[in-house]
Amino acid sequence: MAKKILTEHINVPGIETFEVYRKQGGYTAVEKAIKTMTPEEVVEEAKKSGIRGRGGAGFPMGMKWGFLAKPEGVPRYLVCNADESEPGTFKDHHLMKCLPHLLIEGMIVSSFALGANKSFIYVRGELMYVIRILEKAIEEAKANGFLGKNILGSGYDLELVVQPGGGAYICGEETALLESLEGKRGNPRNKPPFPAVKGLYQSPTVVNNVESIANMPWVINHGGDAYAAIGIGRSTGTKLISASGHIQKPGVYEIELGVSVDEFLYSDEYCGGIRKGHHLKALVAGGSSVPILPAHLITKTAAGEDRLMSYESLSDGGFATGTMLGSGGFIVFDETACIVRNTWNFSRFYHHESCGQCSPCREGTGWMEKVLHRIEHGHGSMHDIDLLVDIAKKIEGNTICPLGDASAWPIASAVRHFREEFEWHITNPHEASQPGAVFMGAVLA
Amino acid sequence: MTETPNPVAFTPERLAKVKEIIARYPEGRQKSALLPVLHVAQEQWGWVSSEVMDYVADILSIKPVEVYEVASFYTMYHLDAVGKHVIEYCRTGPCCLMGGEEIYDYLKQKLGIQAGQTTSDGLFTIKEVECLAACGWGPVFQIREKFYMNLTRERVDEIIEELSK
Ligand SMILES: Cc1cc2nc3c(=O)[nH]c(=O)nc-3n(C[C@H](O)[C@H](O)[C@H](O)COP(=O)(O)O)c2cc1C
Ligand code: SF4
Ligand code: FES
Repeated sequence: MAKKILTEHINVPGIETFEVYRKQGGYTAVEKAIKTMTPEEVVEEAKKSGIRGRGGAGFPMGMKWGFLAKPEGVPRYLVCNADESEPGTFKDHHLMKCLPHLLIEGMIVSSFALGANKSFIYVRGELMYVIRILEKAIEEAKANGFLGKNILGSGYDLELVVQPGGGAYICGEETALLESLEGKRGNPRNKPPFPAVKGLYQSPTVVNNVESIANMPWVINHGGDAYAAIGIGRSTGTKLISASGHIQKPGVYEIELGVSVDEFLYSDEYCGGIRKGHHLKALVAGGSSVPILPAHLITKTAAGEDRLMSYESLSDGGFATGTMLGSGGFIVFDETACIVRNTWNFSRFYHHESCGQCSPCREGTGWMEKVLHRIEHGHGSMHDIDLLVDIAKKIEGNTICPLGDASAWPIASAVRHFREEFEWHITNPHEASQPGAVFMGAVLA
Repeated sequence: MTETPNPVAFTPERLAKVKEIIARYPEGRQKSALLPVLHVAQEQWGWVSSEVMDYVADILSIKPVEVYEVASFYTMYHLDAVGKHVIEYCRTGPCCLMGGEEIYDYLKQKLGIQAGQTTSDGLFTIKEVECLAACGWGPVFQIREKFYMNLTRERVDEIIEELSK
């Protein structure tokens, strides 16, 4: 069995309660950090672990913590990003629901490291039942002296607040999240200033993903070096992968970074292969925002190497032949999936979720959706294909926040790898616009 | 459909909850309570009317427009009256791969309504939503706090029958 850092005890009955979690060794990281370490030492372990942010961008967590400004007399905040709205991603939902105390424990040691006395967990509002689970766990931790005033007699105080969102993908972007937490519309802020200097309530703030924070108890218990020894190269540790689509066993899996895509996709320990009687056609490896890959570039890179589940290997070949690990939203398409329809669906998502502040994103996402809609519904022209690429290019890099890029990449990559399928929709409009119609000329693996 | 009574007021339990929420934030930052308090309001009235928004503004000592702009930005707040059960149906890619579109058509046909409409008996409203972070268990819809997953025609029949009682 592969190394488990987060989910080792996930199937223990009652693990969502304080008592059982504690019996499995829970909250020892809080004891160790608060009683025997300084905040700087905790930050040092995070740096040594090499762990990269699990929310999508993969920025080294310890380095981010090191950037936090510490002006005298100004409060500092830790905000956990549990907005999880990237299509194909459902790992944080699963983790919080099954292991609420793991996140709470991570929040305590991380808040201690950053010198925060009030920390927030911003959870997408649709997960109200998960919010109730977290609030119950917080009450239990408080009743046992791990939260509140003077934790374990150390003089360190911490209050945790769980904040519901209101339904908006853009609030996953960290500055939009902070605006939302201040009770405003989720409009991303111009940067600089970065949250590390001026974040929540204009105070220094760190925003980290649920999974990033949930790794910290293990890092404290075993040390950053032990964490860095797991995984491969600069992809240290494990990663939760949300697997969906046309596979035998959809679900959330914890993998050691560096396992091959082939093993993840086909072994019974993970996805269990493509559903019976079907073949692999395409893959979105890291949530809807990352480039889609065709079958022949999934388990092998363009250079013929085995493709691994790691930040580096998935991006091997750049956008020409590679993709990104992103949030770990692993969406599998078999030969029955229509790439044009899926691309239109994703473009509708980005158009719907654009906050509307910058015109390239606001106008561009709407335009791309319209063009894709007409191609999918049998009214497209050949010129439309290049038009899509052109609009995507105009959005990329020209917006306040990365949602613009995220809307462009799936479309540009679909056209790059599946141009024939777009052309077929245009030359066979009647056939292509029938419900369930799929281009069968694709290269299959 | 729930009409907003006049004058608008939270039940004593909900008012206590709202006060507890406001106390979570630093002094002078009570506006942070806006999203959670709007959820409490929607829990009580089923949707947020302009009277309710004015009431919330008053409680938080902020301008009514600050509430309107927030309530209209986020998709979870219903700004019009809705049926007893709002079915929030996921229309995003991964659910569609699992047959989400077909089940959605079946649901609309069964209830005889389109997205944004309410059945004539006032029982069901359908709303289309984007990915609910449950893609591995699709197709999915949500009614209030509950997720209904791995939907099939038979499951849809059962759920609608159960909720129609
Ligand atoms: C449009 C958009 C949506 C995002 N959604 C999420 C999200 O749901 N959860 C998340 O952790 N990060 C999300 N991010 C990334 C955050 O901005 C931020 O990088 C992350 O929370 C930092 O945490 P990490 O370093 O631990 O990954 C999103 C970014 C963008 C641009
Ligand atoms: S890129 Fe899009 S979502 Fe981001 S700030 Fe601009 S308009 Fe808003
Ligand atoms: S696509 Fe439906 S829950 Fe994610």
